[in-house]
Amino acid sequence: MPTHEHLRLILEYLWIIPLLPLLGSAVNGLLGAKWPNKFVTGVALGSTGLSFACALEAVREFFADGQASFRKEFFDWIIAGNFRAGFDLQLDQLTVVMVLVVTGVGFLIHIYATGYMAHEGGYYRFFSYLNLFMFFMLILVLAANFVLLFVGWEGVGLCSYLLIGFYFLKKSAADAGKKAFIVNRIGDFGFMLGMFLLFRAFGSLDFQTVFAKAATWQPDAMGQFGTLTIACLLLFMGATGKSAQLPLYVWLPDAMEGPTPVSALIHAATMVTAGVYVVARSHVLFTHAPTAMYVVAIVGCATAIFAATIGLVQPDIKKVLAYSTISQLGYMFLACGVGAFGAGIFHLMTHSFFKALLFLSAGSVIHAMGGEQDMWHMGGLASKIKVTFVCMFFGTIAITGFAPFAGFFSKDAILFAAYQSENSGKTLYGIGLLAAIFTSFYMFRLVWLTFGGEKRYDEHHVHVHESPGSMTVPLMIHALLSLVGGWFAAPALGNGPNYFADFLAPVFGNAEAPSSQTHSLELTLSIVAVLAAALGLIVAWRMYSGKVVRGTSTGLHKILYNKYYVDELYQATIVGPLVWLSRNIFWKVVDVGMIDGSVDGIAHGTEAVGDTVRHTQSGNVRSYAVWVIIGAIVILAIIFWPLWRPAFFVAMSGGVR
Amino acid sequence: MTAPLVIFFVLAALAVFGAVSLILQRHPIHSALSLIVVMVALAGLYLLMGAEFVAAVQIIVYGGAIMVLFIFVIMLLNAGLEERTNFSRLATYAGIPLALAVSGLIAAAIVRSGGHLPAPAPSGALTSTKTLSMLLFTEFVYPFELTSFLILVAILGAIVLAQREN
Amino acid sequence: MVPTNYYLILSAILFGLGIVGFVFKRNIITLFMAIELMLNAVNLAFVAFSQSLGKPDGEVFVLFVIVVAAAEAAVGLGIIILTARNRHSLNVERVDLLKL
Repeated sequence: MPTHEHLRLILEYLWIIPLLPLLGSAVNGLLGAKWPNKFVTGVALGSTGLSFACALEAVREFFADGQASFRKEFFDWIIAGNFRAGFDLQLDQLTVVMVLVVTGVGFLIHIYATGYMAHEGGYYRFFSYLNLFMFFMLILVLAANFVLLFVGWEGVGLCSYLLIGFYFLKKSAADAGKKAFIVNRIGDFGFMLGMFLLFRAFGSLDFQTVFAKAATWQPDAMGQFGTLTIACLLLFMGATGKSAQLPLYVWLPDAMEGPTPVSALIHAATMVTAGVYVVARSHVLFTHAPTAMYVVAIVGCATAIFAATIGLVQPDIKKVLAYSTISQLGYMFLACGVGAFGAGIFHLMTHSFFKALLFLSAGSVIHAMGGEQDMWHMGGLASKIKVTFVCMFFGTIAITGFAPFAGFFSKDAILFAAYQSENSGKTLYGIGLLAAIFTSFYMFRLVWLTFGGEKRYDEHHVHVHESPGSMTVPLMIHALLSLVGGWFAAPALGNGPNYFADFLAPVFGNAEAPSSQTHSLELTLSIVAVLAAALGLIVAWRMYSGKVVRGTSTGLHKILYNKYYVDELYQATIVGPLVWLSRNIFWKVVDVGMIDGSVDGIAHGTEAVGDTVRHTQSGNVRSYAVWVIIGAIVILAIIFWPLWRPAFFVAMSGGVR
Repeated sequence: MTAPLVIFFVLAALAVFGAVSLILQRHPIHSALSLIVVMVALAGLYLLMGAEFVAAVQIIVYGGAIMVLFIFVIMLLNAGLEERTNFSRLATYAGIPLALAVSGLIAAAIVRSGGHLPAPAPSGALTSTKTLSMLLFTEFVYPFELTSFLILVAILGAIVLAQREN
Repeated sequence: MVPTNYYLILSAILFGLGIVGFVFKRNIITLFMAIELMLNAVNLAFVAFSQSLGKPDGEVFVLFVIVVAAAEAAVGLGIIILTARNRHSLNVERVDLLKL
């Protein structure tokens, strides 16, 4: 292979990576209704698998090119005056990470879904939507300008809606889909305003142009709300919606109504990480706006602890994982907020591995239990579904941060960066650590309630069986990734290079060589983190293994159980009044009264005019005679007007007769 | 007060009186006779102005043929006193104001136009029968032929209308 | 000499009276006679202008008006006879079959 003229086959046709799932979606959607499941499976897996293969090839070419950042404009989409938003795709180190995660984890989950959804109606529809989601997500991560990114952003929101409401005949599922879409839209409003502000400030929305120009700007001072700060805050508002942070997180627990593969792919591994990706991509803007970064860090940290507390007492296995996702996303934003963008992306990657693993295992458990999701009706499953148990256990260890699993390295990097931050770093660290303890507690609670102790279900109604190979193989692959995924950063522990951070350094530009003092601090903090996780494990062990009795819910427990009544609060303060407004003002007054009224009014008016004018046709000759005379007067007036007009008209027109 | 002016006023008063009588009479035969009075008065005015041929035609054709026709029809139909129905409110209220408006407007136009027309002079040479017939058969021959056609159509129409139903 | 304006004003008055008759009379024949009155008023104006300006054209036109009036009277009275036979009334307000 020649060294300088590399075979840039895929890179020149980078659009093939998103296009393949789109084709798969279209074929399945349009033709799949009549096909047997295996054809649909073939198309879906084929397109996603090929896309993954192309992504691998693109990455290989990228490396062969010496990791030169690649950008190509494929066609002009919007040209308006000086503004150009084209279909431009780019590939740099950050994109490499995202593309591999999306296509790789996506492909594995597709395989899993063929087993999970095998007996469901609407099989073709599911895969059509899932492939469509892959298309939009890939557009999002490959985009080289904000506008195309926003296309992907909106598209994944749409697919999320379609997939959450997949069981659309179930009212709660349909409502959950709507809730997700609407709450996302609120965030998108902020995102769009941010985009407008960036356009106004920089005249373009290309990443290249915007970031290059922004780098030359003076950073805003802390507490100063300059253009960059406001733009970053608005972009972050979009990220809170998409990535389920306070206050726009409420859709994610409800989104568990969707099938479990959807929860795994969209609401754990990929879509919800889009917000983190945007913040990381715009790191140039954020580093010039310290107020915005502080806000990001605080929101991330607050969300982490908030969601963790709710997860402590949830009975539904998927809801625990949902709150866990929100909490872990909070960690990622905390990382970005303190400037450790690389650590945030690292955690994004490892999180996608072990969170997908956890969700897929939960799906396996649910499948084994015939649809049961309440953990209080499970128990003692360890011996019955061994593979699932082991995989779930791997995932739990990974998320809680025990070495040498993936979560240890990534979470540790975040907490270390938080500790070192100038803006209330120690407080952020402390809260993050507390959230880690909670994480460990609720995850092990989940494991022991589900798999440990005695069974709390009726064996005659539920036949517990292990899942088929199509489901267990992806589980095992994810388990492996959860184990080794963090080893990129492992040498850093022993004073070696942190491969992952070095890899991302060209993008984020802040690979500082660790001094020995910070290095020993880092080691200390890692040990503290592991101890914290162990604390959570021990408490959960004491409380939930063995025979467990479900108590009544009172006081603080009740508040946590009801998710701090946030949904009820939103309903009362925002949703309720808006619905009232829509129904009574916009519908009754504006739509029915004004719009329908004016259209009807025109009809009524015409009718009324006709009704009135009708009276001239009275059949009475004398009235007709009067009308004739009136007409005659009009004609006389027109003819004799120069003679009749009053004197001042004559004077005004200069005395002309 | 010259003689022509006096004669004018007398004839004018007669014409107006006849017209008012036409309106106020309740039996159509009285209205017809009032109209004859008007026509005779107008013929007199034509003579005063010097249009002798027109005056003669007015008496012979209008008074002698058309009005006679009217009277025949009235007597044929045995028209009685006029019924006092009043189905049209519009006509009742708007009739007189409109009439006043029309005549007032015309009169205003006449008065405001300055009135620099010479008075009609009773010189027979201008409007002798010979002059009129010269015009009629040279300049106005086309309308003249058309009117003969018109009369033909009228005759046919009258015959058709008067047929008894078969 | 009588100024032309006097004749014209008389013509206007007669025309107005004709309109009053046209609007207020209920007998069809009387209505017709009011129309004839209006035509006569117009004739007077024509003759006045003709003599005043010295052109006999106006009087020729008067002849035409008289001819047309005659034709119109013939046909119109024929129609009136038919209408009166059909509606059994000479009241113009009874002829209202075109009422909406």
